[in-house]
Parts: sequence; C-alpha cells; structure tokens
Amino acid sequence: MTSLSTSSSAPARRSRRHSVDVWTAGAVFVAVIVALPVLTVFWLALFPTENIWPHLIDTVLPGYVRTTLELMAGVAVGTIAIGVGTAWLVTMCDFPGRRILEWALVLPLAMPAYVVAYVYTDILEYAGPVQQSLRALFGWTTARDYWFPEIRSLGGAIVVMTMALYPYVYLLARSAFLEQANGVVEAARTLGCSPLAAFRRVSIPMARPSIVVGVALVMMETLNDFGTIDYFSVQTLTAGIFNVWLVMNNTGGGAQIAVVMLVFVVGLMVAERMARKRRGYHNTTLRYREAQPYRLSPFRGTGAFLLCLLPVAVGFLIPAGLLVSYAIDNYQISMTNNFPRAALNSLVLSSIAAAAAVTVGLFLAYAVRLRKSSALRNLARFASLGYAVPGAVLAIGILTPFGLFDNAVDAFLRRTFGFGTGLILSGTIAAVLFAYVVRFLALAYGTLEAGLGRVTPHIEDAARTLRHGPAKALVRVNLPIIRGSLLTAAILIFVDSMKELPATLLLRPFNYDTLATYVYQFASDELLEECALGAVTIVAAGVIPVILLTRVMGRRTPERDLPIP
Amino acid sequence: MKRRLLSLLALCAGALSAAPAIAADSKEVNVYSYRQAFLVKPLFDAFTRETGIKVNVVFAPKGLVKRLQAEGKNSPADMVFTVDIARLNEVVEAGLAQPVISDALAAAVPAEYRHPQGLWYGLTLRARVIYASKARVTPGEISSYEQLADPKWRGRICTRKGDHAYNIALLAAMIGHHGEAKAEEWLRGVKANLARKPQGNDRAQVKAIMEGVCDVAIGNHYYMALMLTDPKQKAWGESANIVFPTIGGTGTHMNLSGAMLTKHAPNRANAVRLMEFLVGKQAQGIYAAKNFEYPIDPSVKPAPLVASWGTYKRDTLPLQTVATKRSDALKMMNRVGFNEGPVTN
Repeated sequence: MTSLSTSSSAPARRSRRHSVDVWTAGAVFVAVIVALPVLTVFWLALFPTENIWPHLIDTVLPGYVRTTLELMAGVAVGTIAIGVGTAWLVTMCDFPGRRILEWALVLPLAMPAYVVAYVYTDILEYAGPVQQSLRALFGWTTARDYWFPEIRSLGGAIVVMTMALYPYVYLLARSAFLEQANGVVEAARTLGCSPLAAFRRVSIPMARPSIVVGVALVMMETLNDFGTIDYFSVQTLTAGIFNVWLVMNNTGGGAQIAVVMLVFVVGLMVAERMARKRRGYHNTTLRYREAQPYRLSPFRGTGAFLLCLLPVAVGFLIPAGLLVSYAIDNYQISMTNNFPRAALNSLVLSSIAAAAAVTVGLFLAYAVRLRKSSALRNLARFASLGYAVPGAVLAIGILTPFGLFDNAVDAFLRRTFGFGTGLILSGTIAAVLFAYVVRFLALAYGTLEAGLGRVTPHIEDAARTLRHGPAKALVRVNLPIIRGSLLTAAILIFVDSMKELPATLLLRPFNYDTLATYVYQFASDELLEECALGAVTIVAAGVIPVILLTRVMGRRTPERDLPIP
Repeated sequence: MKRRLLSLLALCAGALSAAPAIAADSKEVNVYSYRQAFLVKPLFDAFTRETGIKVNVVFAPKGLVKRLQAEGKNSPADMVFTVDIARLNEVVEAGLAQPVISDALAAAVPAEYRHPQGLWYGLTLRARVIYASKARVTPGEISSYEQLADPKWRGRICTRKGDHAYNIALLAAMIGHHGEAKAEEWLRGVKANLARKPQGNDRAQVKAIMEGVCDVAIGNHYYMALMLTDPKQKAWGESANIVFPTIGGTGTHMNLSGAMLTKHAPNRANAVRLMEFLVGKQAQGIYAAKNFEYPIDPSVKPAPLVASWGTYKRDTLPLQTVATKRSDALKMMNRVGFNEGPVTN
C-alpha cells in the first residue's frame, strides 16, 4: 500500500507488483459480491418453464419495445434539456433568484415518481379541478363534449418521469460546471466566444462525461420503474417482465426479458463511450478562481428565472402543496403508532445505505483509476447494473443466493456440530441494505468515476512524490477535490433509498415498515389522501439533505479544500 | 471494505436475535401476506386478543412465493395469506404447502372453496360484477358477461387493464366455460366495445361512468360498497347499479381470498389456530363489516349494504380450472391486444 512513484507510467507498473493484490483483488471481490443479484437474474434466465419468445414476438413484444424506446427517448431529451439548461443558467449566469433556484431545482428529486403520477392524475383527470373549471367556464357537461389530453398515457409518463428525474442530470451537470476551472471558460471568452458559444464549445464538452452519467442514471431509472408506467397503463418491457413472471408463473422467462433490457442498457453505454473515444476531460490546472457569472439583463434575467422556476413548480411545488393539504386533512387517519417507527427505520436504513454504497463506489472507482485496467472497469460497471433492474426482480436475485448461502451454512453446522443457525441473512435488515447498495451502486460509482475523471492524473503523481501511497493520496488529495461528487452521490442514494419500494417490500423482516412501504399500502389502493402524510415525510426527509448538499457544494472552489499548499 | 462487511455481518447477527422465535411452544405465528397490512390488521389484532399469540406479518404484493422457495426448510413463514386462486395454486405447485385437516375448517368452508386435501382454504369471496349507469342503462338490459361483446355496447365499456389478476381470472373462467375459440371471439368483441384504453383501478371505472365516459364497467363488488360509504366518493357509487352477471349460464364469477399452511411451518399449531380463527364467526364478521367481502361461511351474513344488493347465483366452474387457464388467458389478452383499447389494428 505504500508504493512510491514519481511519474505515472513505468514506475507505476513497477509498484503494481506490491499493491496489485490489495486493490485489484479487493475490487474484484467487492464487485462480484455486488454483481451477485444481477448474475442470479442471468442464471434464472437459463431456466424458463416455457419458451415465451415466439408468443411475445407474435403479440405484444413489438409494442413493448416501441413504447420502451419512445419513453426512454422522451425522458432523455426532456431531462437533458431541463437538467443541463438550468444547471448552466444557475452556474454561469447571474439573475434574480438564482441563489434560491440553485438548490430548489434539486427538490423534485425528493418526490417518488409514482406519487407525482398520482397527484397529476388527481389534478388533471375528468373529476379533477382543472377539467371541472373548464367545464364550468364553457358549459360542457360530459367528457364527450370536449377534448382534453389524457394524463394516463405515454406522453403523461414522459412528462412525469422527466420532472421526477431531471435533477440527476442537473446535479451532475452543475457539479461538473462548478468543478470546471472557470479559467477555461474565460479563456474561451477572451478568444472571442460568446457566452453561448463558450457553453456549447467548452462547458458542455468538458461536462459531457458527467452529463452522460446523469442521463444513464435517468435511463436506468426509467427502465426499472414499474409504479408510474403501471399506473399510466403504459406497456413497456417492464410490464412484460411481470406478466411473464407472475401471470404465466415463468420466472425464467421474466428474467430473460430483464436480461434483454440489461443488454440494451449496456449497448447504450458502450455506444456513448465509442462516440466519446479517448478524449480527456480533466482540468489542467488547480488554480480556480471565483467565477465571474455572466450578468443577464433584467428582461433576460426574468426569462431565466421563469425557465428555472417551471420545473421546480411542476416537479415539486404543486405536488408537494397538494400532498401537504391532504396530509393536514387526513392527519388523524395517517398518524398511527407505526408511523414514527417507519420514519425512523427509513432514516436509519437510508443513511447506512448511503454510507455503504458511497464507500463501495469510491473503492471501486479509485481502484479502477489506480490500476487503469479496463477489465476491472467493466467489472465495476457490470456490478452497477442493478440500477436498471426492476426492484422486485432484483429482490429475487438477492433472495436466491442468500437462501442458498443461509441453508448451506445451516446444513453444514448441523452436520458438523449438531446445531443449526436457521436463516442468517434472508429476511433481515442486512438483506434490505444489501439490496440498496446493489441498486444504488450505479449512483455512487457513476458519480465518483466522473468526479475522479475530472481530476488530472498528475495530481496523484504529485501526491506520490510527497510519499503518499495510493490510499493516502485518495484521502488527502482526491477526496477533498471530489468532495462535491461524494456528497452528491451520498445524497442521491439517501433520497433514493427513502423512496425505494419493491425490493424493500419483498426483503424486509416481519412487522417492519419504511415510509415507502407504509405509503404503499394505501397508495396501492389509490388512497392518495391517506398516504399523503407518509409521502410528505419522505419528501421532507429528502429535502433537508438536498438543501444541505447544495449549500455545501455552494460556490465553493476546490482550492480552499486542498490540504497541500 | 472488510470492516464494512464485518459490520454488516454483525448487524445481521443482531437482526437474527430479534428474528421470530422458532420453537414448538412459541406464542407467535408468522404470515406472508399478499393482502395489505391495514386490511388484515383488525383480524390479527382480534386473534392476538383472544389467544395471546402474536401475529408477525410481511406484506408484499409480489414474489412472496419466491421468498418462501429461496428460504427453503428454514423459512420462518407458517402461513401464506393471499387473494386469487392462482397464487394459492402456485404455492401448492411449488410443493411449499402442507395439508391441514381440521373439523372447524371443514365445517365453515364449503367444499368448493377449499383444496380437496386441505392444502388451502378460502376465507372470503368477492364477486366480479358489472357496474351499469343508472342514467343510461335500464335494469335488466345486461345480465351476463357474454353480452358485453354485443355490438350494442360499442364505445360504452370501461375496465381496468386486461393483464390485471382480476380480469385474467375472469377470462380464464370464460375459457373454462366456452373453450379457447369462443372466449377469444368474446374478448375481441369486448375490446371493440371499449370506450377507452383499459386503465385505472375498479373505482376509477365507476368514476368514468359518472363522468359519462362509459355506461357499463367490470369491477369487484366491494369497491362499490367502499365508495358508497366514503363521503367523497358517494356520488360516484350512486351513479351506477350493481349487476350480478352470469357466466356460461351459471352465476357470477367469484374471486377467492384464502390461506394455507407452509410445508416447513415452525409454528404449525398456532398457524392452524389462526386459520380456524379466520373462518370463525367473529373474523368472518369483521371481513364482512370492514372489507365488504362475502364471508366464506354461508351462515355468516354479509354487510347490510352488500346484502341489500340481493342474492344471486355463483359460478360453479371449479376454481382449479380458473387457476390452470391463467397462462392461456394472458396469452389471449396479448394476442387480442386488449390493453391497446378500442382502436383496431
């Protein structure tokens, strides 16, 4: 662990002889453990009870694939436009309200997408306030008198998911813009670029790895979502998985569809990397300076303000407002003895999951960076695929190996010592936590890989000249620089764990509720008003760290955090 | 890293000590439930009050059979608690059920609503009915599911998605009565008559009738009772009549909720006691009063509101047939493209 090297190439190779075991072996071990559930899904796919493909191809598959692609394309375009656009406006421009919008733009992240779907259905459906007012205004009496866009549709799903998911792109784009040496943008400006041209030709290309990570996360979330698409009756491949698994009682067939989806995700990622090729995206200097944001005219400033306010209003203010009013009305029904307990469970689980997933993600990302091994990198990326698998399927991928392990240990002990252990991992909080780490490793690994990617490799060489080993270089040099990425990852995982539902439902211990499962028992019956209090609490618990995050990220420049002079 | 894993292991060990006790004379029973906690809690609370036996519950809407399977002979679960005959059947087929022979159960549960060897027992019944607009459908205008395919209903039918368990079961029963070809013809007819793309839950269909989107809808009977007793939804319920249709000339299609003992149940005696309690007069009364379901025990009266809808005949097709035709039913839904709605392609 205490290898010395003065430059990155030949001496690094020499040092590998000493530390290859710890970093590489450790990374392989951790990655394989985390990849177990996804590997299990591949394994299950080998044993279908019936070959479903001829039937699916003849009937619903073309529709599933088309709908899935349309949904993904729509959500990708929407989240990039909103996420990157607003991130650039609040980072590079100065206009009234910018400081508030900086953190407010992240707020929709705290909203579970399916709750947003419920809320907007309540507002926009026939019996909702919008159509009621329209009818009163124009004297229509039935739904056959006029046309109104159907919220329960592919279009509705695209809008809802865009609103719920754009903060991923926003956060990653913004942290990339913030970590960009402003000198680069200024250099572009002195070379005659207009602000927009600097945005297009410098900021965006440099932020591209981060933006891609954000969009990849959004795509995986889109693929694993079942709550929203089911509610909106949108037939994607995910709907197909559950039909084959649950209705046809064909777990292997369901797993095969899940595998096809994974192959699809991997294809997308590979395509993007091929397009990006081997360009480097790191800053060449550590000399950061306080940004000189481009001051907008009052007219343009107002426009920018409204543009940034729109996603906050649609994705957060309106649904949160409605939920709060429901929660107040139904406080008596919702506030049972189990509620505070569920809230505490959620907070504890999500905090541990965030810490664990960030640790694992950082370890993998840094090991990959140190070893520059593409095999290791691909393994780590494979381990992150749990994010693209629907939660209930992932849970099956955990139940199976855990059950095997528990029963093997039990059988061994019974044989050898005459007493058994029963189930050690199955049905415990450990299984739920493991599910969160597997599921959200992509958030940690993706964010941290992108963060580390923006740190020039020379910085480690410099650290090594100070006789720092890789571990010390990570802690003393890299961590302070990528602090924003670390916090981003931790908060994303915390908030996502608060919202996680399907895996929690299936893996949790007896009599154990989180806020999400507590909300779900009402939400699954579309009892929106009864579940409002729980939903509001999930949102509130997510909002606090989100605000904290943006405060800490703030406009802090990495320079201040560097421990070396 | 290793420390992290070790601490996780320590955490598991901690959780293990809190795990339900596995002992012959325990005062606990462990239930895997496909039904929501708030629906079953009043029943379990009553059981605990009477017997002092604590009921531990995991509720999940999908995958509990897989969990049972993966946990194998060390599974802590004593009982599986579920709706829909297909799920009960799934546990039996996976070899994860064990027979219960009990006079109390046999006395309360009619033979057609329990497994011949006692591998599962029905607890309540739910009727899949037709809601018909009071304003636009005259009483008696529709009396069977088969009539839903009649062109006179073109553009007038609403239902939830075709691949939902309730609709799959109804189609499976249709296949059981009329065979594949006739059932498919019927399904195409219903699809052509839809007023909109299948969506929403059963309540949403009644709402759609009130809104004038459609005139008849398919749904479970208790949703109507739940709406009529909810001040905010009362108007929806009042816009429609309940029709108990016949299928194949027999009676109304019924959906069963039931319970079964797991093969490796560690608290077997307590689980049997709980099952007996659930078919007892008190529990059956709770089911009727709180959930508006039909008690499985014919001697227990349904809720007054439900009783006011009158008596009707029930479908006599064996439930086993409904369970085994399920996969065929889903394929038929896919083939017909039912979820695409009324558009012809």
